[in-house]
Amino acid sequence: MNLSKQAGERAAQTPVPAMEPGLLLEVRNLKKYFPIERGFLRRVVGYVRAVDDVSISVPEGKTLGLVGESGCGKTTLGRCILRAIEPTSGEVLMRINDDVVNITSLPSKQMRAVRRHMQMVFQDPYSSLDPRKTILDIVGEPLRLNKIAEGRDLQQRVRELMEVVGLNVRYLKRYPHAFSGGQRQRIGLARALSINPKLIVCDEPVSALDVSVQAQILNLFQDLQKQFNLTYLFVAHDLSVVEHISDEVAVMYVGKVVEQAETEELFQHPKHPYTEALLSAVPHPNPKRPLHEIQLQGEIANPANPPSGCYFHPRCRYAKEICRAETPPRIEVGPRHFSACHFAHELTLQGVEA
Amino acid sequence: MNQTDPVIEVKNLRTHFRLDEGILKAVDGVDFTIHKNRTLGIVGESGCGKSVTAQAILRIVPRPGTVAGEILFYRELSGANGSADIIDLAALDAAGPQIRDIRGREIAMIFQEPMTAFSPVHTIGFQMMEAVLVHEKVGNDAARQRAVEMLRRVGIANPERRVDEYPYQLSGGMRQRAMIAMALMLRPKLLIADEPTTALDVTIQAQILRLIKELQAEMGMAVMFITHNLGVIANMADEVAVMYLGRIVEYGAIDQIFSQPQHPYTQALMRSIPKVGRKSRERLLAIAGTVPVPLNPRPECGFASRCTQYIAGRCDTRVPDLITVGPNHQVRCVLYVPR
Repeated sequence: MNLSKQAGERAAQTPVPAMEPGLLLEVRNLKKYFPIERGFLRRVVGYVRAVDDVSISVPEGKTLGLVGESGCGKTTLGRCILRAIEPTSGEVLMRINDDVVNITSLPSKQMRAVRRHMQMVFQDPYSSLDPRKTILDIVGEPLRLNKIAEGRDLQQRVRELMEVVGLNVRYLKRYPHAFSGGQRQRIGLARALSINPKLIVCDEPVSALDVSVQAQILNLFQDLQKQFNLTYLFVAHDLSVVEHISDEVAVMYVGKVVEQAETEELFQHPKHPYTEALLSAVPHPNPKRPLHEIQLQGEIANPANPPSGCYFHPRCRYAKEICRAETPPRIEVGPRHFSACHFAHELTLQGVEA
Repeated sequence: MNQTDPVIEVKNLRTHFRLDEGILKAVDGVDFTIHKNRTLGIVGESGCGKSVTAQAILRIVPRPGTVAGEILFYRELSGANGSADIIDLAALDAAGPQIRDIRGREIAMIFQEPMTAFSPVHTIGFQMMEAVLVHEKVGNDAARQRAVEMLRRVGIANPERRVDEYPYQLSGGMRQRAMIAMALMLRPKLLIADEPTTALDVTIQAQILRLIKELQAEMGMAVMFITHNLGVIANMADEVAVMYLGRIVEYGAIDQIFSQPQHPYTQALMRSIPKVGRKSRERLLAIAGTVPVPLNPRPECGFASRCTQYIAGRCDTRVPDLITVGPNHQVRCVLYVPR
């Protein structure tokens, strides 16, 4: 705890903007532009706007689902929040104990202390675990690196963690190859939990799993959240999974968050045409409900050369003149319901029927 | 619907791999028929044998896999040279000229990962034309024209330009559509789609599913659609075969399977998936345990170890028969009596 106090002190020196009570994480105007280099001199000829002026917030102990199509920047956003990659500009605020820390401006030494409170769980349980390390090594590594436990003490902690995630303690000295995908994801979770983080960024954690195993892992995520008051940023492209696990959902399109709302509100009463199109394309496991998806025109915009105004306007069936000309602001259309559409108030969009 | 027009009839298909550790029975006694203009959905999780079944039909099972049983393929009557119109693919030499003639021309396959279906060093157009040039007597220009037309048909903008591009220049969704275009260049009688939309985003998935349906209606091809996504199956299939551990455990008309699933595995599978529009955040009803590997399987019901309705002495003594429980509905479970 000593380390986090240091971080808090440091944070107190640089003025940190206030954060609404109840929030654990707030992202303000975050940008990540990757330079495009050309030629012998590696001249920068443009930028890929992977994350483009994103503002989202996550209440403590809740799950924010982040959905969007591949290449929309959802993974990059998750990584920028952890500062696994450095954002170009913007702020990431996190409440640690009673202090608010601006993660984006922390020097690397303090960042290490803060990183204890944030962990990541990855998509591919086959490539995210070192094949030459035993479960004891993998799960115990964060404890050892952060000098929290070692020796017999460490082993005891790892045993406890394995029980928490539902792994047989007898497998302590086994290597990852001996485990199935679901079990590996449990190992990844045990490792993430080892240092009592507050925030876990989960990047497509169940999309590589079998359907019957996926349900087990989703249940485990929910149980652990209750038990440890965890806050999740849950990145996924499967909308039914996201609806199931999330308290709130944010929808991304070409680097921008176009809508964020409480889950049921977003699925029943979307306020952005892209969300409407996305929801309409989810096939229902019911043969009597054939797909009537909104057929989007053209291809997804290129984040290196996005269209003017609203990035969605070339494909939007409600687009008007203003959409071509002006970037829509993020407006609050209801309590904790944000939409970046010029016509969010006027449009009546189709949600998912229960 | 016309049920008298079968395109492929699979009878007691078995694909086994003799390994050092024992015999891996990837497919162990599978029967089904797909008719013209109809889609059979094959549902199952990894290791259930759904992809190996597809490989067996095309005779591209990797070594040391064997193919036994019958795979009757109904060819167009080619009268002139007097060749038979029904051919047993299982009896053909896997490297012989006959199966090579059928592969790609009469039976085409699309995969989950389009990058592996294309050669990275040739243009899309070259690869699409190659299929036509190999199988048909047409000139370069005509073949190229057909490739452009087909790309247009699958909704790729500027097909005249795209036809000369390399696979890496296309986005994932476009590549998937280009692969479908390539598979359909020769108007196959049977299209095998192995998880063709699993790696795609929902909006592109919807586009691809619509495309396959449209082309099916136009060409009247039979489709074997393999997936683990029950939402996709519900939208695509006329009939469904649910596979588990190398066998079909339930088979029937789509409405039957979804409204009255009978096998404990099918029922559990339906309950374990989150459904969009259900406002609940309650726990999912997960299936305990993991999918077993069919290595030296014991003569018992494959689902016995995970089944909540397991009956000792009945489920673990022999493999249950696939019995008919209603019109167009079969189940492999001891809980039911034949009707």
